Amino acid sequence: MKGTNLGEFEELVLLTIAALLEEAYSVAICDELEKTSGRSAKLGVVHAVLNRLEEKDMVESHLGEATKTRGGKRKRFYQVTNTGKEALIRSKEVRDELWSRIPQFTLKGI
Amino acid sequence: MKEKQFPNPPRWAERFLSWYCRPELLEDLQGDLNEYFDRNVRSRGARKARFIYVLDVLKFFRLYTIRKPKLVDLFINFFMLSSYIKTSRRNIVRNKLFSAINIFGLGVSMSVGLLMIAMLVDVYSYDRFHENHDRIYRLISRLEQNGHANSTYFATSSLDAGTSLKDHVNGVKDVAILRNGLSADFEINEQIIPLSGFWAGESFFEVFSFDLLQGNPATVLKDPFQIVLTEYAANKLFGTSDALGKTLLRDENEYLVAGIMKDPPIFSHFKFEVLGSLSTLDILDRDNTDLMKWDNVYNTWTYVLLDEKISPDRVKTDLDQFSATKDKTVENTHVELGLQPLGDIMIGESMGNQIGPTLGSTVLRIFLALTIVLLLSACFNYTNLSVARALSRTKEVGIRKTIGAFKSQIIGQFITESVIISLLALVFSFGLFLLLRPHFMSMESSLQQLLSLRLSPVLILCFVCFAIVIGIGAGLVPAISFSKISAIVAFRKLMNSPRASGISLRKVLTVFQYSISIIAITATLIIFKQYKHFIHYDLGFSTENILNIQLQGNGTELLKNELNQLSEVQDISESMLLSGIGHYSGVTMVNPNDPLDSATVYFNTVDENYLPLHDHTFLAGGNFHPKLVDSVETEVVVNQQVLKRFNISGGDAASAVGQVVKVDGKQLAIVGVIADFEYGKANNQTGKEVVLLYEKEQANYLNVKIQSEDLPATYAKLEAIWKKLDPVHPFEAQFYNQQIQDGFKGMQASVKIGGFLSLLVICIASIGLLGMVVFTTELRIKEVSIRKVMGSSEASLLTLLSKGFLFLLLIAAVIAIPSTYLFFNNILLPQMPNSVPLQFPEMFLGSFAVLLLALLMIVSQTLKVARTNPAEVLNRE
Repeated sequence: MKGTNLGEFEELVLLTIAALLEEAYSVAICDELEKTSGRSAKLGVVHAVLNRLEEKDMVESHLGEATKTRGGKRKRFYQVTNTGKEALIRSKEVRDELWSRIPQFTLKGI
Repeated sequence: MKEKQFPNPPRWAERFLSWYCRPELLEDLQGDLNEYFDRNVRSRGARKARFIYVLDVLKFFRLYTIRKPKLVDLFINFFMLSSYIKTSRRNIVRNKLFSAINIFGLGVSMSVGLLMIAMLVDVYSYDRFHENHDRIYRLISRLEQNGHANSTYFATSSLDAGTSLKDHVNGVKDVAILRNGLSADFEINEQIIPLSGFWAGESFFEVFSFDLLQGNPATVLKDPFQIVLTEYAANKLFGTSDALGKTLLRDENEYLVAGIMKDPPIFSHFKFEVLGSLSTLDILDRDNTDLMKWDNVYNTWTYVLLDEKISPDRVKTDLDQFSATKDKTVENTHVELGLQPLGDIMIGESMGNQIGPTLGSTVLRIFLALTIVLLLSACFNYTNLSVARALSRTKEVGIRKTIGAFKSQIIGQFITESVIISLLALVFSFGLFLLLRPHFMSMESSLQQLLSLRLSPVLILCFVCFAIVIGIGAGLVPAISFSKISAIVAFRKLMNSPRASGISLRKVLTVFQYSISIIAITATLIIFKQYKHFIHYDLGFSTENILNIQLQGNGTELLKNELNQLSEVQDISESMLLSGIGHYSGVTMVNPNDPLDSATVYFNTVDENYLPLHDHTFLAGGNFHPKLVDSVETEVVVNQQVLKRFNISGGDAASAVGQVVKVDGKQLAIVGVIADFEYGKANNQTGKEVVLLYEKEQANYLNVKIQSEDLPATYAKLEAIWKKLDPVHPFEAQFYNQQIQDGFKGMQASVKIGGFLSLLVICIASIGLLGMVVFTTELRIKEVSIRKVMGSSEASLLTLLSKGFLFLLLIAAVIAIPSTYLFFNNILLPQMPNSVPLQFPEMFLGSFAVLLLALLMIVSQTLKVARTNPAEVLNRE
């Protein structure tokens, strides 16, 4: 196991899963990522990340009901586990801590 | 379920995905891809969506999605192997005829394959013994004069480039220079021993990894008049290899043996007996102003050791700059320099001035192509016969499947069988290989120097791998087609399956084999005809009963006197070179009508006996007038083309006689005009304008006209005389006609190889056909019997059975003959001057023979079936 540290993209995906609540499956995650971050998210990349997050026990998944739209194939829905939540909170704390130390931060002179 | 009107993703991509993907990930992935596909269909259209789907499927092929191979499956296959082998053995033994046909056919073609592999292994091991072989490059050069560039590179480059390269070009670590001209007679204790070798620069042993046994590699070739001997040469000279510090004489100069080295290995592209220090030339050739000229690119081979991690392309740009600055030292000349990797020398493109014999990529490619065709043909036989035997095997496959065999196990079974057959064929072909090897090597004298074809563990391993590959290749198609048969179909369609399955494939393969056979035999016959034509070509002078003796530096007078004593010797003449066998030498001639126009004409220097002895036809004027040795040259004989080229007297021979022309800076009067003759080679257009100059006692050859009943005895007499006068050099003499034949040795070799290979191809095609005929006729034996009972005649049965095969042969002939004709008539022969046009016999004789052979087989087999007693056949039921 690579440890519990989150990569930047992993964190984004994890957050997106959390934000999507009950509707978090691969294609929806991709779309949401594109919408919020503005950069294109490739399905293959997202899949790989989801697979890795599951290996790290940060998400769990279950298959949904079969629908007509996906050629009869079921969706795999993801949910953030407690480990995942912990990791998210910790990385937020690290950031907040660092932010709080910066006295003032303006886009001066750029 | 999908809606019907909606386009679907490509089926094969879907299948591929479900084949490689882990089952637990599969459904989700498929769903995602489907969803994207639907979206893309709407936004970008069906075609683009399909393309993206395929791309995505390929992109998802990642470590975490791939199904892990099941260990259990592997184990089962492993345990089943013994069963496969047992069944295969039974099958091979049961069908003796088919096994024999397969083993023989594969074996015959594989023996050629083995030869090919042995040759490739040899060729690719050339120069590998040098430690830095991947960093050594040969400096090659191409001359461009007055904007007219040579088409090919020379393997040589100028001595100037070799010596100053290191200072002007970045990335060059070391340079080894070899220069010809060292080969000569060495003298030791009054004994004369000829040795061959090169002048070599002092870094020779830094660049190359030859084994220096005695002496310091850094200094052995440093000082003038130092030489390094190979063990062989040292033994020849001193009777011992411990010769360090001894001296020997060459051309009245004393040389010191500064080093002893091991003989160069057989897989070195240049071979030598002695190396002399290049610095000697600074003293010997002190007065030679041409030595260091930039465009004197003919006598020096330069090998460059590049720094590690520098690309030859980078060096090439430096080289271009270097040659651009050097070009200024000579007029109107550009020398293009290039680097040739050491490994490319043996098999690379053909170049002028090679340092030793090379194989050349063309020969290798042709041989490779022929071998592959041959192997394919043999594999087709196997495929053909196996597919044809489908009837008996279908039942077997059906039962196996019913019991529970997987597809992979059926494939395993059939592949095992074909691999076993090809391994048996390997044993057979190995015997053939040992048998063929000496014949192959003796086909061309240079092959013996180039290749060893020696057996080694690596080679044997290659052979076995090769056999396995062939086995898999031959067995794959039948194995897959058998594995597809489902158990139910196997039992239900028992009776018609052999005719329905793969019939078109079999036909195509048979046609292919016979087309190849006909093409091979026809091509061989055509080349044979050309070869015969060229060696009997009318060169424009007589070569009958003329023995050419290489003088090897001896004076002519003594030898001529001795030879004239023999009653068999009719006449003797002297010449510098021999016409008609590919010797060339050029000289500048000035146009008498226009002093500014000068051109290279080809020449030969001869004595007054030469022209009558060779029966040259005089159009006007006459022979040279005999003169004393060393008298001033005044006369020249020219051929018609010279008159035409310079427009001398409007090309009129009679009035040209007496005119004075300037050749090689000398004013010479034309004494005779001779008819055009072949100066170079009959199949070469170079050397049309020829002048003959008069010179005595400077010849390289004696042309001896012999009148004798017993030529070998006369030859022995001449040899005895030679031995008496020159005990050192062996007697080098050959009859003119033999030399002309040797000039076309390449053609002769291709006739031999072509003949042998086409024989094999025909052989394989024939036994393949035999197998097919035997099988199909036996299948129809019941039908034939019933027809016979009903009153059919033998003749009509014969046509019934052989009709199909004859049709195939006809198609093969229709494909093969015109394509061969077009290839030779439009592509090959136009490139070959003076060739004979294609004629009826060589175009059709070969195919006729092949077809006759095939017909014989078909008829004999079908006749056997047609003659069987119907009662016996029908009784069996």
